[in-house]
Amino acid sequence: MKHAISLRIGPFGFRVGSAWPEPIIALAHLYHGYPAPHDRVADFSVRLEPERPWRRWLRPSVAIRGDFMLSDAAPMALAHGLLAAEMGMNLQMALGQRRYLLLHAATVERDGRALLLTGESGAGKSTLAALLGEHGWRLMGDEFALLDLDRGLFHSFPRAISLKNGAIALMEAQVPASRFGPRLESTPKGAIRHLRPGDGAIADMDKPARPAMILFPRFGFERAVRPVLGAEAFVRLTQASTNYVALGEPGFMALTGLVGQAPARAIDYPDGESAIALIEQLWAELKR
Amino acid sequence: MRDARPLVRALVDPVSVDRFDGADWTAVIACARAESLIGGLAHRLEGRYLPDAVADLMADARRSAAQARVHALWEAEMAGRALAGLNIPVILLKGTAYAAAGLDAADGRSIGDLDILVPRTALDRVEEALLTAGWEWVKDNAYDQLYYRRWMHELPPMIHRGRDRMIDVHHTILPPTARPKPDVEALIEDSVALANGLRVLSPPDKIVHAAAHLFADGDLAGGLRNLWDIDRLVRRYDAPAFRDRLAERARLHGLSSHVARALRLARSLYETPVDPHLAGRERLGDGLFERRLLARDGWGRECSKLLRFSFYVRSHWIRMPPLLLARHLWNKARA
Repeated sequence: MKHAISLRIGPFGFRVGSAWPEPIIALAHLYHGYPAPHDRVADFSVRLEPERPWRRWLRPSVAIRGDFMLSDAAPMALAHGLLAAEMGMNLQMALGQRRYLLLHAATVERDGRALLLTGESGAGKSTLAALLGEHGWRLMGDEFALLDLDRGLFHSFPRAISLKNGAIALMEAQVPASRFGPRLESTPKGAIRHLRPGDGAIADMDKPARPAMILFPRFGFERAVRPVLGAEAFVRLTQASTNYVALGEPGFMALTGLVGQAPARAIDYPDGESAIALIEQLWAELKR
Repeated sequence: MRDARPLVRALVDPVSVDRFDGADWTAVIACARAESLIGGLAHRLEGRYLPDAVADLMADARRSAAQARVHALWEAEMAGRALAGLNIPVILLKGTAYAAAGLDAADGRSIGDLDILVPRTALDRVEEALLTAGWEWVKDNAYDQLYYRRWMHELPPMIHRGRDRMIDVHHTILPPTARPKPDVEALIEDSVALANGLRVLSPPDKIVHAAAHLFADGDLAGGLRNLWDIDRLVRRYDAPAFRDRLAERARLHGLSSHVARALRLARSLYETPVDPHLAGRERLGDGLFERRLLARDGWGRECSKLLRFSFYVRSHWIRMPPLLLARHLWNKARA
């Protein structure tokens, strides 16, 4: 394709091609400092193409295509081309990735041990991961947690964090502007601004971590903590996985291993600051 | 990479990948995924020295295909149990059949829907048994139901509500409106029983069906993989006596020219050892078919749009007489 970029996020190499230069320029800026794919071989290809040939010039409309795609994915405006590229890369992971059990969850690491945060959209996974990443934790990923099928370790997938609406200003107050992508207005999910993880998260992206705790956060409620037993955690995590069924028995073994070794808690929180305090407290109790 | 030729070369002659650089690999992998040949490629390259990134990716593809095989065989077992009380032959077709019969055509092959062939006289009972056992219609509108039942060689597709897997129930291997008229009684009569009571087509009929499926039943989408199936099957069974049986069955089903063209294309693209007598002389259209089969670039994009479109038009033309086609398109346009 006319415009293209290759980069590696954790274990996976991506090649993103585009009919227009803008999305590739935006990606190159956002992913500045990321390595090239291992052996220069991309695991997944993403294509940003005009939805119909004339839509390259006339009211440009970006169709998200690639090795794996959804036939009914709605095309996007060229102004949201960066978001289209991100969605294209996410789609490859969700539909095509079979090396790891993939959980729709954020992961952060400290002292070689990983904390998993999972929940429905709006639970605050990305925001909490971004906050923790600026407060003494290594961000491993804000969207996908990769659980290894043999050793039961989490692997890092530190793509750019997708901040939405209120979370944007929250992080703008703490992080230098150079790490942000452009602010994208009125996307299907409202305003979105991507944040590049800190240098440490990128430098250490090949270091896995042993699962230590699973949290199911819920934003917008009074502070509360409830233990979640293994069976419930297991079922909720199967729902958070995109490839649990496709992986068959190895996926089942990996997931039972995870809930067997990491205690789970459901937490409610009214704002980011109290969430951080609560997570630190639970983490400290865990170590005792 | 302007067409799928490097992928075809890699399948035929794995040594050819030794000179690939990262960009070549990326292109061949994208192309192989788009043609559903990544698993087949991964099997062909097993045991070769490959760059680490490629070796990991090929291991993923093999693992993924192995799991798909488990799912497909389980789905066949479920259909077999649902139909066990009817005392009719249930014949597995295509990928599931290759996997169930332990053929290397199944190595790395993705298997989507479950395709089965049952006697036409049992169709109503099969339908009822499947609906009772948890399958339901995918398209339940009156036109599609009528269209399939009147003009197609299969029931409208059904999907299992618990396992989310599709089943296509065939009563013959080509639409009744297509010009060749395969002898479906002979297909069933000569089918071979597996240990679990399900059946597969006889070896020559498998190849005849694969050729019919490739040329007489569609616009050659996924054709490179379907031709790869034919290559694997021919290599598995090839022997002087088998060549005679294949010629005889192709004639019986009225599909000699389809089988001949499949063999010529397989020989040309995959270096398949074929019976030169059965393959016959090169025909004018062969080059077009070959270009159509290779019309995929290193980004996994379809290329040669005009050629693709003409094969799409052809697919309708060969399946339906003109008046019927006009009526079908009219109804589709109104829907």
